[in-house]
Amino acid sequence: MISFAPLAFMELASDTGLMLSRIQFAANISFHILFPTINIALCWILVFFKWRYNRTQDDAWLRVYRFWVRIFALTFAIGVVSGITMSFQFGTNWPGYMEKVGNIAGPLLGYEVMTAFFLEASFLSIMLFGMDRVSNRVHTIATVLVAVGTSLSAFWILVLNSWMQTPAGFEMIDGVAHVTSWYEVVFNPSMPYRLGHMLLASALTAAFLIAGISAYRLLKGDKKSSVKYALNFSVVLAAILMPLQAFVGDLHGLNTFDHQPAKVAAMEGVWQTERGAPLLLFAVPDEAMRTNHFEVAIPNLASLILTHELDGEIRGLDEFKGEHPPVAPVFYSFRLMIGIGLLMLAMSWLASYQFTLKKRYPTWLLKATVAMTFSGWVATLAGWYVTEIGRQPYLVSGVLTTKEAATGIAPENIALSLTLYLLVYGFLLVAYIKTLFVMADRAVKLEAANPKLADMQQADAPSEASSKTLSTPASAQ
Amino acid sequence: MESSTLNWLPMVFIALMGLSFLVYAILDGYDLGVGVLLPTDKAPANQAARDKMIYSIGPFWDANETWLVLAIGLMLIAFPKAHSIVLQALYLPTALMLFGLILRGVSFDFRTKAPSKDKHKWDLAFKAGSLIATLCQGYMLGRYVTAFDTSTAATLFALLSAICVTAGYCYVGAAWLVMKTEGELQKRSAKWAIWSNRFMALGIIAVCIANLSIDPVIADKWLGFPQVFVLIPLVMLFGFMFVTVELYLRKVPIADDLGCWYPFVCAIIIFTLCFCGLAYSFYPYIVPNQLTIFEAASAPASLLVIFWGAVIVLPVIIGYTIFAYKVFWGKTSQLNY
Repeated sequence: MISFAPLAFMELASDTGLMLSRIQFAANISFHILFPTINIALCWILVFFKWRYNRTQDDAWLRVYRFWVRIFALTFAIGVVSGITMSFQFGTNWPGYMEKVGNIAGPLLGYEVMTAFFLEASFLSIMLFGMDRVSNRVHTIATVLVAVGTSLSAFWILVLNSWMQTPAGFEMIDGVAHVTSWYEVVFNPSMPYRLGHMLLASALTAAFLIAGISAYRLLKGDKKSSVKYALNFSVVLAAILMPLQAFVGDLHGLNTFDHQPAKVAAMEGVWQTERGAPLLLFAVPDEAMRTNHFEVAIPNLASLILTHELDGEIRGLDEFKGEHPPVAPVFYSFRLMIGIGLLMLAMSWLASYQFTLKKRYPTWLLKATVAMTFSGWVATLAGWYVTEIGRQPYLVSGVLTTKEAATGIAPENIALSLTLYLLVYGFLLVAYIKTLFVMADRAVKLEAANPKLADMQQADAPSEASSKTLSTPASAQ
Repeated sequence: MESSTLNWLPMVFIALMGLSFLVYAILDGYDLGVGVLLPTDKAPANQAARDKMIYSIGPFWDANETWLVLAIGLMLIAFPKAHSIVLQALYLPTALMLFGLILRGVSFDFRTKAPSKDKHKWDLAFKAGSLIATLCQGYMLGRYVTAFDTSTAATLFALLSAICVTAGYCYVGAAWLVMKTEGELQKRSAKWAIWSNRFMALGIIAVCIANLSIDPVIADKWLGFPQVFVLIPLVMLFGFMFVTVELYLRKVPIADDLGCWYPFVCAIIIFTLCFCGLAYSFYPYIVPNQLTIFEAASAPASLLVIFWGAVIVLPVIIGYTIFAYKVFWGKTSQLNY
């Protein structure tokens, strides 16, 4: 008995380490994704604001640009620093990952850094601080390049993520993946759907953020045309993109049904393979009993959605016993995503109708818009959990399990780093959200004083507002 | 693909990775140094100095930090085994360094956007984050150089390295400020530069002695015949730069700001030489005494894919980095946006 004890302990320790690594990675990536999710689309929206200004020379568009470019900068900073953490974690917590699929993941990550990171980071400074130092045209180009950078970054990361979900274009030699076709790696079966779904999610997240903060400013009495421009633009954008997102999401679901049936079975809560499966509006999946409790269902609808036939067959979880994801988190996350999505759809249509067609801004609707400020975050995270937890127990579907990739680092060290990260993330999240509203409040006060555009630039630094000189001529060094 | 014909790939990638680390150490080195040097007092003059100091790095720190991502990324991509050995051995200091970098990065933005009563706190967070990051980087370097030895002597060496690297970053940061500022702040920066230059010189000497006495192989690489003769001009160059920088800094401010770039250029030369020295000592190992770059390298086919990408992309990156520096050339002014 005694001789077994250390072994059992080691097994336990490695399981604890795996669990802690997973929690840490999930925390890192969940926190990180919040910020690119806003910025991928926000930057293109800034390009739009700038373009409107260039075309119309209407000051209001430049005011909108200036307000949101500062939020972009803040969001970018948090996105960058939380992203750096990720590039270290591959080696520290998931050494098996690079050892086995590094030949594929490496170049994709490398291209992300080389084509996207530097582009964003270098032109961001010109976009932020360069307005008085470069021509308007160069400034606009800098804004476009930052947007291109953020989108390229999203492209490479989603290529890699999609490849991990539906790997293609490689062969295994001595347990290590080697590329046979880069075309197939990049354009793997789920890539176009996942990329489209994510880009739309970003646009919707940014749109609801802009709508929420703008509605907040209106409620605080900031009735400037710039605020209304931003509010109207964002709700109309959301109203147009929401149905498109539903459509792309459906295509994505069909693709998952073809390539990752175990994930779909968990999403739909289908335990046994069945024809004419019902759509479960609500249920409590029970992994121990391998069944659902308290089902509220619409007959045949799941089959109709996934196979486009009333009695189409959906493969059940029992076909993937031991190889399917934990059901409850996938099942609930999926319903949360859909629920928030429907709410966003209703909200954006209603708001578009009232704000833009009727030109009315009823207080209750503005308050509802403020309440929905971060709805995009919730939906995106829920969707992210569906797809990422849905891939378990694999890290790379059918190639590498999460457990195989895990580190041998002592669990107590991971516990220490995890605690550190959780404290920082919690603090930063609160600080970020608080600061957005502080910035909105400050803009309201400033607009109330009816300033000239030049004075607006001091909005960022009230304590040193004495210096009005915008630029000192660059003296030769 | 015959792998023996592609033996040059690991060498190219170790060179690229080394270059990224060096560029990072110089560029983010001055950002971090400026952060460490921030005065803490609440007096209005210090607030003005802090603002100026942070403005001086504002347009650059983000792109500068990206070199770290590239360096670590290249290690992950080209030498995955080394990436996991090194970073697992340095797990806790890495986590702490990341914490410092996070704190520094967000403070930069929050300090101007948070309510103004909180600004001073964010400035302190900026300083603390920079200090944590520099100490950790120095400590990690010390651990790496001693091949992750866990003896007391090695730990003391790592702590010494932490202080020396911080002094080095403070020097390059102060030299940056001498170049980018004027008036009172420039005089203060010159004083900082004098002190950190002295500490850095002591540090370099200590690290050299320690390193040569720890490892006979490395000692032989440097002190053997005929390479020992290269040491003589090197030592003279170091001595010349140390003395002239000190003399220059004592005279700041100088009419027309003549040669305000000199201490910074010396910092670049010192960093580059130290870095080349380290590289020479350890080549061909990527994990000291354990793993060579050839053993740790990824599949040649994958390296080749990144290689061609790098050949095309890196010149473009360097091009627009120069463009960004040109846009913000000259003495620092207030940042408006």
